[in-house]
Amino acid sequence: MQITPELMLFGGIASVAAAAAVGVVAFNNAVRSALCLVLNFFILAFIYFTLNAEMLGIMQIVVYTGAIMVLFLFVIMLLNLGAPQMLRDRDDPKTFAGIALGVVLFALLGSQLLPAFLAVTQPGAPKDFGAPQNLGRVLFTNYVIPFEAVSVLLLVGVVGSILLAKRKI
Amino acid sequence: MTWLEANPVLAAIIRVALWVFPVLLAVPPMIWYERRLLSWMQDRIGPNRTGNITFSRSSRWVPGFLKGKKFGLKGVVQPLADGLKLIIKEDITPGSVDRFIYLVAPALALFPSFALGATIPWGPFKGLTPVADVNIGVLWILAISSLGVYGVVLSGYASNNKYSLLGGLRSSAQLISYELGMSMALAAICLATGSLKPTDIVEAQTGPLWGVVPGLANWNLFTPYGFVAGIIFFVCMVAETNRAPFDLPEAENELVAGYHTEYSSMRFAVFFMGEYAAMFVYSLIFSTVFLGGYHALPIDWQSLGEIAPGLSWVTHAMQNVDFWLSPVWLVGKAFALVTVYVWLRATLPRLRYDQLMSLGWKSLLPLATINTMVVALWMVVSRVYSPIAGVVAGLFGFGILYLLYRALNNLGIDRSKFLTSREIDLVDVPRSVA
Repeated sequence: MQITPELMLFGGIASVAAAAAVGVVAFNNAVRSALCLVLNFFILAFIYFTLNAEMLGIMQIVVYTGAIMVLFLFVIMLLNLGAPQMLRDRDDPKTFAGIALGVVLFALLGSQLLPAFLAVTQPGAPKDFGAPQNLGRVLFTNYVIPFEAVSVLLLVGVVGSILLAKRKI
Repeated sequence: MTWLEANPVLAAIIRVALWVFPVLLAVPPMIWYERRLLSWMQDRIGPNRTGNITFSRSSRWVPGFLKGKKFGLKGVVQPLADGLKLIIKEDITPGSVDRFIYLVAPALALFPSFALGATIPWGPFKGLTPVADVNIGVLWILAISSLGVYGVVLSGYASNNKYSLLGGLRSSAQLISYELGMSMALAAICLATGSLKPTDIVEAQTGPLWGVVPGLANWNLFTPYGFVAGIIFFVCMVAETNRAPFDLPEAENELVAGYHTEYSSMRFAVFFMGEYAAMFVYSLIFSTVFLGGYHALPIDWQSLGEIAPGLSWVTHAMQNVDFWLSPVWLVGKAFALVTVYVWLRATLPRLRYDQLMSLGWKSLLPLATINTMVVALWMVVSRVYSPIAGVVAGLFGFGILYLLYRALNNLGIDRSKFLTSREIDLVDVPRSVA
């Protein structure tokens, strides 16, 4: 396998993302777990950038890092989970079972995916893949009905939240 | 330029340096400028003239050529003293803070203000600027500005202080609310331009005004939709940078100092620097999107030279000046906008929280959405028929929407219930009586 600058960049970004993903489950403090998830989502966007999928990356930042995780953080902060020690449960057999199953899952996925990944040296989408113009064209021609259906779903969500928040209208 | 293309990694580092260092260097002059202008507007002489030196006329220690000479330092000493104070102050970390997040939060607050403008070009120098000329440039600005919430919220949370937390929560509500108006305002401009690249937006602003008038450049602020979008964007950007009159997160009469109550010394300075860098970068973005970017004047020299061939030496010279001094024009525009920031701070009182929310959600967002719809109409008509028909359709659309707004506004709302304004008579007491 040849070491290219792209590979080094990917290695750096991906290892941070993986470390952040481990941090999500490793921290006892819920706020820190959430922050690790924020970091993970943010770094993931940069992996998309290196693959020429800029629109996907930016949507990752806008939707997940900028919107959803802020809400997560809010809820966690407002719940005020108290001292981290209260959440820790020692000598729980479930922990070991969980770790063992995790390793098994990781090995299974790795054995299937790793050979395919190692064969790739220069990953990257075509130049204009997922450009805003192309995305818009496809959304408003081939996928116009699903797109509009999703907008109705959002509308239902908005109406529902207003109904829940304001009992008397 | 071929040398740059041969070394993409080095070129990227140069581009980043050319973005970060000018923004970093702009912060101290901005602080000086703001203090001086503010004190001038508020009639305070302190920060305006601090550090004037007058040498003695009679002392033996003063050399002859300096005797009795006066030197005005124009208040430069004030920000220097401020900076020195912040550096040598004791750095206090309260005992019950969430230590890691408390230390990380200032950095998180500083990061977006620099990363924000990574797609903003300083000038027409391809390969040197912007940092990344990607086809999602405007979305990048919106995405990074939405990350500004984290620094504020986390510093408020980690400080373990009620006032900090309230400041952080207020600020995040404010940032999220004004994000929407801002993105809709930018959407209108992107529709008109047909591209999300800031470089393309600048390029589109050199076209004929309204697509009709040759010789004048089509700066977005001078188009009807761009004017509306520009005002909305400006209000939103003042709110996004937490500046007066939207500085509720640090309303000192309610919240001590808001989210940075527990921060002192250099950590506080980092918040401060982030705020000023964000002001500068947002001003650069505004100049790029609405004020023709790095072009000096709203005049298209190229087409003017074609209209009036006799003036070709003037237009040719101006084209060169426009090209080579382009960063100067951009920074000049940005500083003009910073002046407006300071002006607003000196003029307007702070908004109440409900006023802030209703301005963002009930005024700016609907207005920006309607503006986007009118732009869509304008663009469709001008592409299908002709640019003049587009102008007519656009103005027609604005007229209809204004009438609709008036009609809806008068519908079933009893205005007399609200105390909209009040009058106070200021009596001028003659000096002799007083």
